[in-house]
Amino acid sequence: MKYSWLEVFKAGLSGQKQWPAAWPEVSPKAAYDVIIVGGGGHGLATAYYLARDFPGTRVAVVEKGWIGGGNTGRNTTIVRSNYLWDEATNLYEHSLKLWEGLSADLNFNVMFSQRGVYNLGHTLQDMRDIERRVNANMLNGVDAEVVSAAELKERIPILETGKHVRYPVMGASCQPRAGVARHDAVAWGFARAAAKHGVDIIQNCEVQAMDIEAGQIKGLQTSRGYLKADRVGCVTAGHSSVLATMAGIRLPVESHPLQAFVSEPMKPVLHTVVMSNAVHGYVSQSDKGDLVIGAGIDSYTGYSQRGSPHLIDHCASAMIELFPIFSRVRLNRQWGGIVDVCPDACPIISPIPQVQGLYFNCGWGTGGFKATPGSGHVFAHTIGQDQPHPLALPFHIDRFTTGALIDEHGAAGVAH
Amino acid sequence: MLLIHCPYCGELRDEQEYRYAGEAFIQRPGLACTDEQWGDYVFNRTNPKGKTVEQWAHAAGCRKLFVVERNNVTNEIYAVRTFESYKEQA
Ligand SMILES: Cc1cc2nc3c(=O)[nH]c(=O)nc-3n(C[C@H](O)[C@H](O)[C@H](O)COP(=O)(O)OP(=O)(O)OC[C@H]3O[C@@H](n4cnc5c(N)ncnc54)[C@H](O)[C@@H]3O)c2cc1C
Ligand SMILES: [Zn+2]
Repeated sequence: MKYSWLEVFKAGLSGQKQWPAAWPEVSPKAAYDVIIVGGGGHGLATAYYLARDFPGTRVAVVEKGWIGGGNTGRNTTIVRSNYLWDEATNLYEHSLKLWEGLSADLNFNVMFSQRGVYNLGHTLQDMRDIERRVNANMLNGVDAEVVSAAELKERIPILETGKHVRYPVMGASCQPRAGVARHDAVAWGFARAAAKHGVDIIQNCEVQAMDIEAGQIKGLQTSRGYLKADRVGCVTAGHSSVLATMAGIRLPVESHPLQAFVSEPMKPVLHTVVMSNAVHGYVSQSDKGDLVIGAGIDSYTGYSQRGSPHLIDHCASAMIELFPIFSRVRLNRQWGGIVDVCPDACPIISPIPQVQGLYFNCGWGTGGFKATPGSGHVFAHTIGQDQPHPLALPFHIDRFTTGALIDEHGAAGVAH
Repeated sequence: MLLIHCPYCGELRDEQEYRYAGEAFIQRPGLACTDEQWGDYVFNRTNPKGKTVEQWAHAAGCRKLFVVERNNVTNEIYAVRTFESYKEQA
């Protein structure tokens, strides 16, 4: 079924109760051409673009829990492309362009809202970095501007821009085309569109071992039986090292908890996204009305999907200094995700040299939601043609041998 | 919040007094190593799920580095040991 206002109207005549399932529940088949491990946004997007752009390829997505239950459903949904280095900017801008047409392309409202993102500067060095990044963005054709503190006060009146706070705001960068999207809808939209192109979406199916013979992947042992495939793409975020261990390799990633929290819903008070690297925190207001606030990663590694409370405390204090009006807002929920952090804060989108037919897409760490469509698109082409997509080439795993890192740590406005 | 016992100070203290310092017992390869071995040493990590053997520094205390054996899913701390204690064992 194609979703449209007419269908909403027709379903309204029977109390909106006649909607068919968005995609079918399927049992795993014995063999596929490509298996994507991990039913987060990146895995589902990869499957969608593979099935769409390489017709006839039999594709399955296997997910150990439910789709979107990992970082895709746990993130603060900021989408932007104002990175410093060309390689990163090109990749994230490719993704941003796909976001701009995504709801129409998927026939699913992903609620992409280009409400702008502000990255605050609190020191002279912050402001120099912001100017440099804005200039780099403009040279790369990405919209960006430097905004003064006075102008910020005009645009975001509830932001504290006075001089008498611990870390006064001196200005900001702004990317007007950046914004937020609805995380669950991204997973559901890609799943539905992928299923329409014949992809099997198999939930509650955990990959437990890899069948590798003479350096070639042959299939996967899963909690729902053996699945044959000679091409496998692993897109398992915080669990990438677990999958790598099954393949007998190690990755340059470490998994850390990353926390976020939301407030009680309120009337509209903040129309844009505000991030600060220096005091560390970022906030937007969801369409439901809750403030969505993200903290930093816990220093220690872990897979516990919960972090230490002092990070929440630290972030909440920063938010209250920036927005004194939020001081008596009550928080509703707090949670953590497991993020796969790479030494250069850039992803790995790559074939694995030691195992023919095995590909990894990981290392997105604290900031991969924004890249969901672009990551899926370039990874699909990397697998489909068994050759890195030009935009993915700089993100080859070889860079940790050659030393050609893409040092985005601190270069981008904030980690997310 | 982790509560960590410092083997030097003999005190059970809040995680915030300590600094996490990564996987323990990483061996530096010799000077004649290949680029692959060097890259593996500098960047690759085992990043296990379950039991970890990791270094912590008592940054706001005695400032000494020691080893914590922890389950990184449940956050249970199995043991806190000095580096010397591993040498004695070996
Ligand atoms: C609190 C928080 C805030 C964030 N904020 C932002 C933000 O504002 N903007 C931004 O761009 N990014 C943000 N991120 C990062 C972003 O969420 C991730 O980079 C992105 O969602 C990763 O998507 P994914 O599909 O790769 O991973 P996931 O959605 O985590 O999907 C991986 C899937 O693999 C599955 N899996 C794991 N092991 C196995 C196995 N053995 N077998 C089968 N399946 C398996 C998991 O169950 C999971 O569903 C944030 C992350 C967190 C945690
Ligand atoms: Zn001590």
